Amino acid sequence: MTDIQQRIARLNALDELLPPLTRNEAAVEAARCLMCYDAPCTHACPTHIDIPKFIKKIATENLRGSARTIMESNLLGATCARVCPVQELCEGACVLGSEHKPIAIGRLQRYSMDFVYAKGIDLFRPGKDTGKKVAIIGAGPAGLSCGGELAKLGHSVTLFEKRDLPGGLSTYGIIGLREPTEVALAEVAMIEKLGVKVESGKELEKDFTMADLQANFDAAFLSVGLGATPGLGIPGEELIIDGMNYIERSKLDAPNLVIGHNVVVIGAGNTAIDCATIAKRLGASQVTMVYRRTEKEMTAYAHEYDFIKREGVRFCFLAQPVRVNAKNGTVKSLECLQMTLGPADASGRPSPQPVAGSEFSLAVDQVVKAIGQQKPSLASQLKLENEKGFIRVNANFETSLPGVYAGGDCIRTRGAASTVMAVQDGKLAARSIHERLVSHG
Amino acid sequence: MADLSIDFAGIRSPNPFWLASAPPSNSGMQVHRAFEAGWGGAVWKTIGAPVLNVSNRYGAWHYGGQKMVAINNVELISDRPLEINLREIAEVKRAWPDRAVVVSAMVESKPETWHDIIHRIQDTGADGIELNYGCPHGMSERGMGSAVGQVPEYCEQITRWVMEVAKIPVIVKLTPNISDIVMPARAAVAAGANAVSLINTLNSIIGVDLDTLEITPSIGGKGGHGGYAGPAVKPIALNMLAALGKDEVVGGSKLPISGMGGISTWRDAAEFLLLGASSLQVCTAVMHYGFRIVEDLCDGMSNWMDEKGFKGVSDVVGRSLHRVSDFNNFDLSFRAVARIDQQKCIRCNLCYVACNDAAHQCIDLIAKDGRIVQPQSYDIQANGREEAVSSRPGVYVREEDCVGCRLCYNVCPVEDCVRMIEEPSRQPSVTWGQLSESQREVTEDWEKMQKYRERMGIHIH
Repeated sequence: MTDIQQRIARLNALDELLPPLTRNEAAVEAARCLMCYDAPCTHACPTHIDIPKFIKKIATENLRGSARTIMESNLLGATCARVCPVQELCEGACVLGSEHKPIAIGRLQRYSMDFVYAKGIDLFRPGKDTGKKVAIIGAGPAGLSCGGELAKLGHSVTLFEKRDLPGGLSTYGIIGLREPTEVALAEVAMIEKLGVKVESGKELEKDFTMADLQANFDAAFLSVGLGATPGLGIPGEELIIDGMNYIERSKLDAPNLVIGHNVVVIGAGNTAIDCATIAKRLGASQVTMVYRRTEKEMTAYAHEYDFIKREGVRFCFLAQPVRVNAKNGTVKSLECLQMTLGPADASGRPSPQPVAGSEFSLAVDQVVKAIGQQKPSLASQLKLENEKGFIRVNANFETSLPGVYAGGDCIRTRGAASTVMAVQDGKLAARSIHERLVSHG
Repeated sequence: MADLSIDFAGIRSPNPFWLASAPPSNSGMQVHRAFEAGWGGAVWKTIGAPVLNVSNRYGAWHYGGQKMVAINNVELISDRPLEINLREIAEVKRAWPDRAVVVSAMVESKPETWHDIIHRIQDTGADGIELNYGCPHGMSERGMGSAVGQVPEYCEQITRWVMEVAKIPVIVKLTPNISDIVMPARAAVAAGANAVSLINTLNSIIGVDLDTLEITPSIGGKGGHGGYAGPAVKPIALNMLAALGKDEVVGGSKLPISGMGGISTWRDAAEFLLLGASSLQVCTAVMHYGFRIVEDLCDGMSNWMDEKGFKGVSDVVGRSLHRVSDFNNFDLSFRAVARIDQQKCIRCNLCYVACNDAAHQCIDLIAKDGRIVQPQSYDIQANGREEAVSSRPGVYVREEDCVGCRLCYNVCPVEDCVRMIEEPSRQPSVTWGQLSESQREVTEDWEKMQKYRERMGIHIH
């Protein structure tokens, strides 16, 4: 392959994995839905989309109504259709799952959402102007959801985003196989059409202060996500590539992303799996995931683990990286210690204990780490009350600072952080903010 | 192994499955291939008056992902020249002496044209003749087909003309586009026909195109009523079949009946036999899947008959007919209640909403702790598979309030999950017919009815 061919191949290697349903596939799948009453899929969905209702509308070819049903509960239906861990949520609760195949709810949702985006149909309009102004910090799913809901209610919303592009993890952090960047950006455009002003390249406490916000806005919503990937604190750390950056480059600059031949990914969560997928699909001959516990403790969803095994990625469990060895700035090997599982630690999982004298070395030329993200630094910067480092909010999503609300990953003290949970936070916070703005006159 | 062979009014075939007079039996080549596939007989596509056909002649009704629940057509009788049809009929019969070759005919309503066509059919060596009094479109406007079938006097007259010259068995095919199917059947009996067959297609408009606002199918911008057939018409056919069997004139005549109308599987076929048909005709299922379906028609029928201990088709014919009755004769004291098998239930709540919105509000949602709960009563912050599945209430019938309407049984998507349990009667057995005779006032006056109910302990909430 020539260089150009290789670059083109790379562009396609991370194309969306699942093809869209054809009209007939969608019709057959929609007809299969039993239309449960008070359906468990709807209960399981964090945004409680009326799933039988939107599916039946596909069956009757009322796709506009179907998409509206989805977006009334979840403005980011196109993203969620792609990135939701449906096995753990709606499809996992489908009554047909026990003896048959559950309804492909995610793919049906994508079918309806793709229809309205392809046709450029605007399903919602900005509400009648209330004269109230809300600032949102962070244009990820929680911020977009909150902003969109507030705009529907007639509030003037400004979304401040520190990065160049809005969309948060949907734009930067979710592997293209699951969600292409264009889908995330189309949703941002939909939110902007509702009247939400997006100001990119603006960071709180750098380009403006909380005092500025309090002076110029009637309320604020913090949806700042999480911090950077923590360091491993091992020699040679500077040679390790950050997994979030690896995914971002694969989405926005795939042709120039350097992929090793022998890649190690440290970590065994969903992000680590995405990194391993990128390495494998963009040309690494061997990809190994190194994890200090075992497959039982790994935090990746079961279906993600199944997927990555089929991709041909190898696993090195019970291994703790201790040093990256390099020669002339080029990675040569990763030294690890063999671990054994001890008593449960604070996370409730067995704690890994090093086995003395068990050092071994993996010959690698690229090391990527995906070992979770740090707590949001803003919590302490703004002196907000926190809970285990996450921003503390009350039942109305209000922080310890009156009129300042928060949602999304930055408040996720328990449960799996996910896009759909962030969308729900944004939606519920918008309701609380609305009530505050309306009751304060 | 069960013997599937039949002798239908003197027409013999190795199994009861015949192609109905329709597009699958349009040519010698097709009937030849059908016989190779195992069909016991074929009723040749109707020959007779000259015709011209149109394009977009078939419409279909697709429902819930199932293609062709019904088909409708404005195709006319055979548009191939009469001579070619007659020659091919003779060839097929010579090649397949053990199969039933029946020829459907429809000509102008004159004795001489009917005499002529009957002679020519008999010259082919065919085993029988079917008189097409059913075609509801195209031919009826010309005074043929259902224009004859809808008027018992015409039926009788034309059948008499046919019987004057017929030397082989004659089957009169009835149209269902009539308020009482028994009347033309009685006419056939009176005229001396050897058998009847039913049903032909029903008048129908399959639909309207919501983009073009044209009738489906659109024939150059126009459309209209066409003959309706396929799985959706089966219950109508079964009812008409039973009506003939129960009629004292038609049933009493013991005239054999060839049943058709939506037969797709051996199961459908067995039902037609049980209600009195002694040969069976199939069209739409062949149009959908081809001749090969006859294999399972025979195989399934044979296995079922073996299982039930039926040695031959005649053991099955009419076996359920004595159970066909009418409301007047139903036991008003018969009682059944619905019971839901909690092990099989998948918690779709379809029975709950059907009972609650459309029946008698006697199914409750009961949480694990025994409380009756309302739908959608979960916390909106709660989510996830585990939470949704583990907190889902069960559905339970309050049997004391259940009237046994059987709606829940019908909507339940799980096999044998809702069962109708027969309960001991609370009143002495009585039918509406008996009640109208013995206590006529109760059946005519609400106040007396209320008193009767109180006396009998009948409480309807």
